[in-house]
Amino acid sequence: MSEAIEGERTFADKFPEEARIVRAALLGSFLALTLGAIFGIIQTLHRTGVFRGLIDSTDYYTSLTAHGVFLALSFTTFFLVGLFTWAVVRSLDRPLINTKITWTWYGLMAAGMTMTGISILAGFVDSIEMSADVLFTFYAPLQAHPMFYAGLAVFIVGSWIAGADYFRTWLAWKREHPDERIPLQTFMVLTTMAMWYIASSAVAASVLIFLLPWSLGLIDQVNPTLTRTLFWFFGHPVVYFWLMPAYLLWYTVLPKIAGGRLFSDPLARVVFVLFLLLSTPVGIHHQYLDPGIAEGFKFISMTNTMFLLLPSLLTAFTVVASVEYGARQRGGSGLLGWLTDLPWRKPEFTGMMLAGLMFAAGGFSGMVNAGMNINYMIHNTIWVPGHFHLTVGTAVALTFMAATYWLWPQITNKPIYSRSVGLFQVVLWFIGMALMSNAMHAQGILGVPRRTAEPEYSGFDYPTMFGGFEELNIQIAIGGTLLFVSTVLFIGNLVLTMGNPKVSGLAETLPPALSGPDDAPRVLDNLRLWVGIAVTLVVLAYMLPLAAIINRGGLLGPGVGTYPVWLSPMLDALANAATALLGAIGDESAALVEVIR
Amino acid sequence: MHIHAYEKLWLAASLLLILFLLGSVTYGAVGPGVAMVTDSEPAIDAGALDEDERFSEPRVEQVGENEYEAYVLAFQFGFQPDPIVVPENSTVTFYVTSRDVIHGFEVVGTNANTMVVPGEVSEITVETDGPAEYGIVCNEYCGAGHHAMEGKLEVVPQSEFDERTNGGDGE
Repeated sequence: MSEAIEGERTFADKFPEEARIVRAALLGSFLALTLGAIFGIIQTLHRTGVFRGLIDSTDYYTSLTAHGVFLALSFTTFFLVGLFTWAVVRSLDRPLINTKITWTWYGLMAAGMTMTGISILAGFVDSIEMSADVLFTFYAPLQAHPMFYAGLAVFIVGSWIAGADYFRTWLAWKREHPDERIPLQTFMVLTTMAMWYIASSAVAASVLIFLLPWSLGLIDQVNPTLTRTLFWFFGHPVVYFWLMPAYLLWYTVLPKIAGGRLFSDPLARVVFVLFLLLSTPVGIHHQYLDPGIAEGFKFISMTNTMFLLLPSLLTAFTVVASVEYGARQRGGSGLLGWLTDLPWRKPEFTGMMLAGLMFAAGGFSGMVNAGMNINYMIHNTIWVPGHFHLTVGTAVALTFMAATYWLWPQITNKPIYSRSVGLFQVVLWFIGMALMSNAMHAQGILGVPRRTAEPEYSGFDYPTMFGGFEELNIQIAIGGTLLFVSTVLFIGNLVLTMGNPKVSGLAETLPPALSGPDDAPRVLDNLRLWVGIAVTLVVLAYMLPLAAIINRGGLLGPGVGTYPVWLSPMLDALANAATALLGAIGDESAALVEVIR
Repeated sequence: MHIHAYEKLWLAASLLLILFLLGSVTYGAVGPGVAMVTDSEPAIDAGALDEDERFSEPRVEQVGENEYEAYVLAFQFGFQPDPIVVPENSTVTFYVTSRDVIHGFEVVGTNANTMVVPGEVSEITVETDGPAEYGIVCNEYCGAGHHAMEGKLEVVPQSEFDERTNGGDGE
């Protein structure tokens, strides 16, 4: 790259061991992306009725579980621990304290996800009495194989140790630099991980106290509303756990690629503190339509949710301002004329900008979801996956892919195989998602449900509004296909990149912000204070609803059965048939033995 | 901390948007009276619904002048009663529960939509218009046959309603 200073050392040169860890994390992430994309294309074609020959409709839910878990949990989390490792080491300019610990958390996360993944994929093989067709949200009393829950627990514990690794590295740095401000990237990592500890505690408790013992048969039943509420306690902040690494890239890397620098370091810190405070006490907004939760709790959750718009709206301003500054540095002028002076030929730039643009659209459909009353129109319709394919599926996923074109050379010393294919790939993702997501939103307004193998019903037809159901199906199928092709190009390009020879001169530096950390009040760096307030807010938001739910249904449920999806009657029938067959074979062989005698 | 003038303006506009969104929902609740699914109904034993007065016999019942209650049971993989028949231009309150897993109850193309959780009863009240047929779908994944779980809501003229519901009683 032209602006690289000859002879400057890349991340891989300075921290070879850490670079190896970042590579391992990113490769784990891309493996999950590949698997997730394969299930994605199968589902797109199946659901829209274009091609249903590959899987049965009953197996659709196995595929959907795999798509959700591999993409929403595995792809995102592996990428972000890689990115965070890079960001902490780079911004502190010091190695991790003990890479044995680092490899331990990596190993735990990989082992946990493998366990969960196997339990899901076994659902495709009828001869294995194991499956986990419970989808990414695993609502009880649908029950998965114990290995599904155990794997999730191991995966989450791995991520906790990763967080501890970052905190310890920062504390070591702090001893060496007693009076310095926390470097911005490290600040972003630490606030994100603090939020993650708070958020994931609930799902870990739900899995370890209720779901895992229940799947092992140690307890008879669980309270469906309680486990569902604990899931959403985690389930909303987890979207910010995906998004904050994308924000880290938009704040600290995108301005540099645009040729400028970050507009304001203090405001970036404010935004991350707001996310730490507000990400968690909002989960009940996924339960607006739940009976057994009082309207007042729902209203409180909505209020918190609406204020959570603030850090994203602030980000929109700062990112655009930083990019505009970059364009003007490059000679751009005019009210909007500067837009032509941006490096649109760079896949990392165009990808992140398109991701940001789609995030704006996703933000607006999110406001509809958050509105307690209009939510009734679209709750659990395909509008909702339409929404989160804009947010996590584009704002996050496309930013991660785009950033890879910039980051990968620095952790490998290998230039990207084809940057023009990279540019084509990010634009293709944008087009594919525009088609698919828009049609999904439109179908949602028609009332088409989400999470179904066959959205067409025998008893009625959907109303026609923005084009009919069938026409929108075609748009979804075309969009989904383009997204699959885009993923194949991304992975292919990366595989070919790995075959490139190592070169020098790939180093990139990140300039400090226009308004630097010294302009930020010291209190912003007081992580103890912010974590304390965040925990208080969570307690205030959840203590009463959880008490009310337990009071209504009991800790272990109001007389609810168990519905294991991993020991279906069909499997029992198969097992019986197998026993009969074995018996028959036994008789035959006995007879044969008689004859021989 | 230095904040650019444009950024202050943006911040103010953002806060205004947030307050507007909250205000619009509050207005919807107190003005037009858009009610929410809430904890109005006590918890119920999902394993003993056959002993429950309302859900042992899912049905539509008249409870007042032009007011009806529909007791609906959701299960893997269907709804009872099916079809649900209600008269036109009436007020109908649905009480929906599940005897097994979590389901959804969505009258397609309308905002009559609720989660159905075993052990809980969802209550939603709607105003019917003229005669029409609506599809009902389960919009929460509930097992391998989820996509086959559908029902029907028939809004019929009063005379037809009387005929169909009271016909068996000889009235």
